[in-house]
Amino acid sequence: MSQSVNPPRSIQPYIKTQPMQPTVFWRLAEDIPKPLYTALMIASIVVPVLLWWLVTTVGNIDPKFLPSPGQVLEAFGRLWGTRELLKDTVASLWRVGMGFLLAAALSIPVGVLMGSFASIRALLEPLFALIRYMPAPAFIPLLILYLGIGEEPKITLIFIGVFFFNSLMVMDTVKFVPKELIEATYMLGGNRLETLTQVILPHVLPGIIDACRINLAAAWQLVIVSELIAANEGLGRRISVAGRFLRTDEIFVGLIVIGVIGLLFDLLFQYLLRVTCNWANQKR
Amino acid sequence: MFLEVNSLNKQFETAKGTLVVLKDIDMQIEQGEFICAVGASGSGKSTLLRQIAGLDRPTTGEVKVDGKTVHGPGPDRGMVFQHYTLYPWMSVQENTEFGLKLQGVPKAVRREQASYFLNVVGLTQFAQSLPKALSGGMKQRVAIARALASEPKVLLMDEPFGALDIHTKESMHEFMLELWQRTGITIFMITHDVEEAVFLSNRIFALGARPGTVRKVMQINLPDRSQMVKRHSIFHDYRDELMDLLRKHGQEALAVV
Repeated sequence: MSQSVNPPRSIQPYIKTQPMQPTVFWRLAEDIPKPLYTALMIASIVVPVLLWWLVTTVGNIDPKFLPSPGQVLEAFGRLWGTRELLKDTVASLWRVGMGFLLAAALSIPVGVLMGSFASIRALLEPLFALIRYMPAPAFIPLLILYLGIGEEPKITLIFIGVFFFNSLMVMDTVKFVPKELIEATYMLGGNRLETLTQVILPHVLPGIIDACRINLAAAWQLVIVSELIAANEGLGRRISVAGRFLRTDEIFVGLIVIGVIGLLFDLLFQYLLRVTCNWANQKR
Repeated sequence: MFLEVNSLNKQFETAKGTLVVLKDIDMQIEQGEFICAVGASGSGKSTLLRQIAGLDRPTTGEVKVDGKTVHGPGPDRGMVFQHYTLYPWMSVQENTEFGLKLQGVPKAVRREQASYFLNVVGLTQFAQSLPKALSGGMKQRVAIARALASEPKVLLMDEPFGALDIHTKESMHEFMLELWQRTGITIFMITHDVEEAVFLSNRIFALGARPGTVRKVMQINLPDRSQMVKRHSIFHDYRDELMDLLRKHGQEALAVV
């Protein structure tokens, strides 16, 4: 038997116990009841609109500074009636669509190759990492110089803004494929090409969809920037023209339409992820 | 000899110099044996299995399966990994068929083959489930069915039950023994669990650490292979002998460091 050693003093008096109160709203990393969740989600939109309405009705504010929700709705109806809003939206959507699809079509295979082969990664990553830190709008003077002021520079701007980010993000998702999954495929008789197409690709599909979802938001920002230069129609063009003539209500219309379309795209991608990659859904 | 490891050495070049992981490993294994290679961490047992699997090349020496030298990975050696390596987007059935698909087996044939082995591991009713719906023990049974579907010459297992709780582990042990008796397949399993090794194998290679060498080959003859045998003095003798062996070499290795 070894001698028992007594500590010099008890630690007990120094220990402060902190009781944990039950809570609903402040549950940390836990779910809250569904009705509360839905109510809070509705409040998230309704409360700001209500405040906006209250401020513009009660307060004596110049509509050129802050139009009321009603006035913005009116402006929406006006722009919709003349079909200008539709033309602007279609023009912007087309630019985003072209630029983003071209960038995605190239960056997905390039990113997968960079993630799968260290050789390709070494060849491209330094260059891509460098260009990634050059803000896409800073390319505008060059694009105008090389491509003029038509649709090409606008689409190219979106391409530049999406391609490099998307390549690097897709590359990162490939790095998360467990090495053992690849080795298991070799043991089952798979060669490198089969492993790439039948194991790595399906494994990174959810990651690719998510990377595209995030970078589509970037594309949507760049289309507005590109239309500030020189454009005959487009939502960005609409906002800058409205600004010049102090039509604040039309600025609000443009902003809200851009926001809603962006949100719809985001939801579309989330839906796509759910239906194509059911296996990757995390249970919470 | 069915599975041979001939004077195998494996060393890695590191910043601090050459690290010898495996030194002069020789193993002769007959067809139909259940072999466990037991060693503490640092005995290079996983490295050894990777050489046999062909996922890694020995520095010198060779591995032969049924007379043919191993040059790379292939389905003649079924492999069950320590971590779950099922394809999460494929159903249990598709997972089990996948090796056969890679090897160009026609759809109808591979479906039948996979169904047979899913039945062997008792998971027929989960054929259409995704792996995420399965428990840890069930996942490893699918991995075993997937490896067996290619009718390998030897089944290689890398601490396959390390992540399982004790009760699941015991039922997996009984399952393995039944599978072994039923199929007569040669099994080479890596483990650090001494009781697991004694209970399952007919021969044990005890590995010493730093560098990994075969310290002793133990023939195991148990009166029977039920859970009751674990209370038998013969079982205890084997277990204690193996424990002493590993402890001794573990201390030697520590003394060197």
